[in-house]
Amino acid sequence: MPGRPLPLSNYCLPSRRLPLHTKTVFDQLGLAVATMLAWVGAVSVFGARALRDAFRPPFEIDEIARQIYEIGWRSAPLIFVSGVAVGVVLSMHTRASLERFGAVSMIPSGLAIAMIRETGPLTAGLLLSGRVGAGIGAELGAMKVTEQIDALEATAVDSFKYLAVTRIVACIIAVPLLTTLMDFAGILGGFIAENASSGMSFRLYFQRSFLFIDFNDFIPATIKTSVFGFIIGTVASYLGFTTTQGTEGVGRASTRSVVLASILIILADVILVRMIFFLFPQNA
Amino acid sequence: MNDEDRDGVAIRLERVTKSFGGRKVLDDVSFGVKRGTAFCLLGRSGTGKSVTLKHIIGLITPDSGHVFVEGRDVPALNRRELAQLRKRMGFLFQEGALFDSITVGENVAFPLRRHTDLPNDEIVRRARARLEQVGLGGDYDRMPAQLSGGMRKRAGLARALALDPVILLVDEPSAGLDPITSDEIDQLLVRAKVEQGKTLVVVTHNIPSARTVADEMALLDRGRLVARGTSADLDRSDHPLVREFMQSQGGG
Repeated sequence: MPGRPLPLSNYCLPSRRLPLHTKTVFDQLGLAVATMLAWVGAVSVFGARALRDAFRPPFEIDEIARQIYEIGWRSAPLIFVSGVAVGVVLSMHTRASLERFGAVSMIPSGLAIAMIRETGPLTAGLLLSGRVGAGIGAELGAMKVTEQIDALEATAVDSFKYLAVTRIVACIIAVPLLTTLMDFAGILGGFIAENASSGMSFRLYFQRSFLFIDFNDFIPATIKTSVFGFIIGTVASYLGFTTTQGTEGVGRASTRSVVLASILIILADVILVRMIFFLFPQNA
Repeated sequence: MNDEDRDGVAIRLERVTKSFGGRKVLDDVSFGVKRGTAFCLLGRSGTGKSVTLKHIIGLITPDSGHVFVEGRDVPALNRRELAQLRKRMGFLFQEGALFDSITVGENVAFPLRRHTDLPNDEIVRRARARLEQVGLGGDYDRMPAQLSGGMRKRAGLARALALDPVILLVDEPSAGLDPITSDEIDQLLVRAKVEQGKTLVVVTHNIPSARTVADEMALLDRGRLVARGTSADLDRSDHPLVREFMQSQGGG
């Protein structure tokens, strides 16, 4: 059938059931790995289709804007408060270490580099996989089991584009913005801790913070969180769309969204950091 | 004009078979529905009635067989063609399936906002009129979660009627409703057929309601069509299940 996307049942996983005689430890391990790979494959196809459909009209701009508000703006308090707390803690640890070498003046720049290059992006990614991943997984899962997704289709609306693509695009846009907020909140937290222990002025702290930082530190590390956003949106939307078995299934979709998005974010981070070092050797 | 149009057949299923996870849900089901008539699918729960209905609007594709709506083979349509066809159809889901993030009124307005260029005032006016039609005139600004099951179903019907479809597919209109509301919905369906010439396919296990609405009915049993005809035909049937069904008075 040309032009018609595969039904979602085509993305389903192989059965976990095996005949009794095959159930050795190795078989089970093998099956677990195969299931995981099949799942990653299915999610990848789902995500690739979303990226392709994102560039085809209608673009659902209103819905994307609404999702950016839901995902982005509503997560901002969580990200800001967490960022400040992380900054305070990082500053305390950095101070404890650097004091031994008499390099306390390096605290602001050390903290800023740590925050902008890795701590901010990864912490924001993981926090948002909880806040946003669970939300999308549960919302779409509930829509699936109450036939709202079918109702959208019956109203001649492409449910995949209207629900999944808009959320994935919103995540891709919102997560880097929230990461930037987290970076600044972290630096602010660092200042609060530093000001409390050494009375360093706001101006001096920020001057020192950005002493060793340029856009090569900020841009790649922040853009990489678009990939985190893509992972969160795709995993959660996929699990929501493939929810079965009523309310229990909705809970499962929500929990799994968080767990699997978090794992994939950490794995992707390893690869992305390696890529950044390759593309921007001065960062290594 | 193709053959379907000449015969006045709006919907035709030809030898439709469908299985889910190895279990056959529909087995060689064939029937046709003439334009401007109402067809009732009867049967016990879990015999494939809703699945049949979802085949007609292309939410489910058959494993084998054909589904023709207005002469077009639904499973063979591409997305754009399917969307065009769906705009001419309305679907009432079993539990109403209202979008729970927007108000009841916006639910009814949703198809109009998506598929027409009408100004906002006109969309709101039409959505209100639809809600009044189903007795929910004062509930435009309420959220779906604040409505009872029956009200949600009526709002679902208002949404299904929003684009003034030529074909209306209705899944269990009276299940879980009190007899008075159920009668009102039946009357609404009859008016849609008689006054507006809509083609109706109604899934139900409420025989009195089917007698009021249907020109023709069929009984599904474990995925197979066991009887078909007018209510008088079915009354005369000597098939044990058909007799049992036709003699029942029960609703919901």
